[in-house]
Amino acid sequence: MVAPLIDIKDISFEYEQTKALHNISMKVEEGDFLAILGPNGSGKSTLLKIMLGLIKPSKGKIELFGVDAKNFKNREWIGYVSQKSNSFNSGFPATVEEVVAGGLAKKTGLFHRLPKSAHQQVAEALEAVGMQDFMGRSVSELSGGQQQRIFIARALVAKPKILILDEPTVGVDHQNVQAFYDMLASLNRDKNITLVLVTHDVDTVTDRITHVACLNQTIHFHGFKEQLHTMSDEQREAWYGHSVRKIHHIGGSHA
Amino acid sequence: MIEAILSYEFLQNAFAAGLIIGIIAPLLGVFIVVRRLSLIADALSHVTLAGIAGSLYLSQSVASLALLNPLFLGIAASVAGSVLIERLRSLYKHYEELAIPIILSAGIGFGAIFISLAQGFSNDLFGYLFGSVSAVSREDLLIVAGIAVVVLAFIYFFFKELFVLSFDDEYARASGLPAKWIHFMFMIITALVIAGSMRIVGILLVSSLMTIPVATAMRVTKSFKQTIILSIVFGEISVITGLVTAFYFDLAPGGTIVVTSIFLLLLVIIYKKIMVSLKKGAIA
Ligand SMILES: Nc1ncnc2c1ncn2[C@@H]1O[C@H](COP(=O)(O)OP(=O)(O)OP(=O)(O)O)[C@@H](O)[C@H]1O
Ligand SMILES: [Mg+2]
Repeated sequence: MVAPLIDIKDISFEYEQTKALHNISMKVEEGDFLAILGPNGSGKSTLLKIMLGLIKPSKGKIELFGVDAKNFKNREWIGYVSQKSNSFNSGFPATVEEVVAGGLAKKTGLFHRLPKSAHQQVAEALEAVGMQDFMGRSVSELSGGQQQRIFIARALVAKPKILILDEPTVGVDHQNVQAFYDMLASLNRDKNITLVLVTHDVDTVTDRITHVACLNQTIHFHGFKEQLHTMSDEQREAWYGHSVRKIHHIGGSHA
Repeated sequence: MIEAILSYEFLQNAFAAGLIIGIIAPLLGVFIVVRRLSLIADALSHVTLAGIAGSLYLSQSVASLALLNPLFLGIAASVAGSVLIERLRSLYKHYEELAIPIILSAGIGFGAIFISLAQGFSNDLFGYLFGSVSAVSREDLLIVAGIAVVVLAFIYFFFKELFVLSFDDEYARASGLPAKWIHFMFMIITALVIAGSMRIVGILLVSSLMTIPVATAMRVTKSFKQTIILSIVFGEISVITGLVTAFYFDLAPGGTIVVTSIFLLLLVIIYKKIMVSLKKGAIA
């Protein structure tokens, strides 16, 4: 059997004051389209940051592609779109092409210049997010939603094997959200890119995902979305407090 | 002017050093500005002053150090300051900017003590504060040239990493780039450029040559590469114009260089205003 792309083994993490994650174990297998769901402050972004090695768990271990995260070298296999990508300083003087080409930096390697094909690769990534006409535009002149799509293109340009996205559609308009998730689904289906997605757009993603993880400091459920209905009412309550009604039909509608 | 440059070695030194600084200060300045580190440049220049004053004091009191070029201790102080700033920034995670006034005051404090200890430094002081056309020695020029080689090599080899880091440092770390290490190198390089530029523009005005040409370029450029090229162009215009005026009217070159760069900034702002209103007129 192939090793899981991400294997989280019993990790915990706390910020200075706040306990964020407690004894989390979870595997992401090749080909999964996993949605991580949970209320605000439930530790979703923290979990992604741990997967990416941005923060170190206080306890437990992570393996990426079967290798201990500490020794994992092929970071370019992992694409990342952070929650507040628009926190970059907005007056930055750079074109869309320059920003997206930044996604090729790791793959190209230290001491090497970007390859000649970079322009073509950037064009393809921009096409995938419907921004091909914006290549020469200045990023600071784009709307928040357009910028978000640029960051998605940056994550795609190095052709990662797994894409980790933290609420990527914040600020993207409704119609484009649909198109965006269609694009993700096709990356998953046709290009076999594994996807880990944190989102609150539960209704929109339901049809497209394969797996669900319900997180609130601990994992309350993790498995095929069709099995979500096996979660008891108490478990749902523990996971989401009172606002569970909205989530109820996920497993149901496809079971 | 050309004749004067050909006949006086001190003018050759000043102009050659000026032309080099006109490239490296704005080039590094682009990264400093977009990373919002302009004030760090200021803090480091004051630390450099402390190092230079300390060196002058040492060369007076320790006979074997009498011939020591004060730039060396200036560079050492600046590099040490950059390391200290990083330490302080990680100590005060939520008040990173506190590191700047702390280091800046430390620089001025030590500077003031060494200046008052060192006899007769007040004559040179003016040159160190505001730059000098006549004080650049051959050795100074060689140091500046050496620094330039290091800076250009660093930016050439790490350009894409520096760009990604400047644009979005979390992304740089997440994508597995050696962000910490490159940032550390960047701070050291900044310290070198500041110490190197100081002879011509002076301690108090070094950071202006790193930021004003960039501020000017950013008004009119779209891409990062354009911003770099135009910043250097504006930097060179300021340095050349500034040095020539300083020489003919016997002024401090730091002053004339910076005033020229401010003048260019105003010109560009006005040019931009006119272009925008012309465009609006065309649409209306
Ligand atoms: N940098 C930080 N320093 C201290 N505490 C933090 C920090 N970031 C997050 N936390 C805390 O950790 C917990 C988990 O935060 P996290 O950002 O992972 O939540 P989330 O599930 O992504 O929430 P949201 O849906 O709002 O994005 C929260 O209680 C939060 O207050
Ligand atoms: Mg979050």
